[in-house]
Amino acid sequence: MLPDWIYDLLFVAAVVFLVGVYVSWRATRLDRLHVRVETARAALDAALVRRAAVTLELAASRLLDPATSLVLATAAHEARTADAESREFAESDLSRALRAVVDQPDFAATLAAKPDGQAVLEELTSASAKVVYARSFYNDAVASARTARRKLLIRVLPLAGRAAWPGFFEIDDDPPRP
Amino acid sequence: MRVGIVCPYTWNVPGGVQQHVRDLAEALVGFGHHVSVITPADDDAQLPEYAVSAGRAVPVPYNGSVARLAFGFRSASRVRRWIHEGGFDVLHVHEPAAPSLGLLACWAADGPIVGTFHASYTKSRVVSVTAPILQSGLEKITGRIAVSEAARKTLVEHLGGDAVLIPNGVATERYAMADPLPGWPGRDATAGTGPHLATAPHLGTGSLPGPGPHLGTGPGEGGGVLGFLGRMDEPRKGLQVLLRAFEILARRRPGLRLLLAGPGDADDVVARVSPELRDRVAVLGMVSEADKIRAYHSVDVFVAPNLGGESFGIVLAEAMSAGAPILASDIEAFDRVLLGGRAGVLFPVGDAEALAASAAELLDDPARRKQLSAEARAAVRRYDWSAVARDVLRVYETVTLPGTTVVESGRGA
Repeated sequence: MLPDWIYDLLFVAAVVFLVGVYVSWRATRLDRLHVRVETARAALDAALVRRAAVTLELAASRLLDPATSLVLATAAHEARTADAESREFAESDLSRALRAVVDQPDFAATLAAKPDGQAVLEELTSASAKVVYARSFYNDAVASARTARRKLLIRVLPLAGRAAWPGFFEIDDDPPRP
Repeated sequence: MRVGIVCPYTWNVPGGVQQHVRDLAEALVGFGHHVSVITPADDDAQLPEYAVSAGRAVPVPYNGSVARLAFGFRSASRVRRWIHEGGFDVLHVHEPAAPSLGLLACWAADGPIVGTFHASYTKSRVVSVTAPILQSGLEKITGRIAVSEAARKTLVEHLGGDAVLIPNGVATERYAMADPLPGWPGRDATAGTGPHLATAPHLGTGSLPGPGPHLGTGPGEGGGVLGFLGRMDEPRKGLQVLLRAFEILARRRPGLRLLLAGPGDADDVVARVSPELRDRVAVLGMVSEADKIRAYHSVDVFVAPNLGGESFGIVLAEAMSAGAPILASDIEAFDRVLLGGRAGVLFPVGDAEALAASAAELLDDPARRKQLSAEARAAVRRYDWSAVARDVLRVYETVTLPGTTVVESGRGA
């Protein structure tokens, strides 16, 4: 028979081991959430850049009148060059400019009647829709990560490491409806 | 001469450019020229007979603020048709750098084009992606006009090229006659006779001191009304100087009242006046064009206490057109407009005591006020729209060659 303290020691060791496994599992989950946020962010950035590029392409295409081109080019340029602080405002402005242009009566029909017009319009519609999706996925990832990081264990133990507190991306991304 | 004028902003929305276009068009019509104005307008808007609607303008974010602009295929085709049917000798485009009818007109027309630049800004707004779009329109403009030195500087710095300076005019006639605001005696009412009380207060500010015990006391009996119009929260407009002078004067003249109008926080202004004098200060805040004119006619002395930064002083010119006796700070611009003191009394800039002393003197001297009023009306005529329109006509004549007219441009830029 082994002495009692051995059992006690084994028990404590087992508990420590299980706790370790649990904490590590939680850390892995959190890390996975952070990776998801980062991936979603990259996708969102790509979608926004794509939308601005298509807008600029349309503005420069000579399919439009110069006033419309100027409105679109200015909005797209602002969105592309905005710093982190004004990014959301600039992207919202681009959404509003696109709606103001595309939602005009007869706009879609007139543009579609021009050579390449239909293609550009479809590209623009698709790029605008993708911004909506990408932003929704990103904010969803942020919400999950935030919930996870609010948990007691994560706050007590520095499991999040140096990962920044993820922020939502709030813009008006209502797409134009040609 | 057949003149086609392009207004970029909605006709029935108040704005400096719209006002400018309207005054210019009417002055040109007055000279016997044929004028057609194309402008964005709401569907139910009443347009004068010289104006043609290009459809509604759309609110759109542009350069950090939301502007109502007319663009798109429909606007473009309407502008094109208007140019085609107009047979103009000269096309006068306002604010051609804005993405609205002005730019569309430059795009759609060939021939003598005059462009007037109104806006002034410091931040650069022309960037590599927009420059080619703008240039293709702007390079068609034969003669460029800037309405202010600031607008000209903006043009030089951001778009390149230069412009001649033709400032805004004042439609002096519009200001000449009006009833004083209800509850205010007005200059022409003699002391003691019933002032205009019949009309219900329609200003809606609630801050108008009603026709109280001071009413009916003419300037000569320690009463009188001092007036101010301008941004109340902009120190350079000098309201604080006037308020200090009012504190001095109001204690000596129990009937003296102060009428203030202009953008700014009314409560904030009232809070700056001693409590016992507050019921003698009326802050109208932003007023409609009609009420502004009536305000000019409600005061015995119009005070322009500006500390500087004025290039011309449109408010001063308006008050002069209304025949208000002027008391102004002796900054260079005012000294020039008031002919060195002949068409209005000047006081040392920022000097509240001098302002109070001069105001007291004026309030006690009806004959002098009458004379100043007449002098002011005469002096402001130099800035009347008819004079400005004559300068604009000279620009038209410079850019038009015999036999050339404005024609519809071949498709595309």
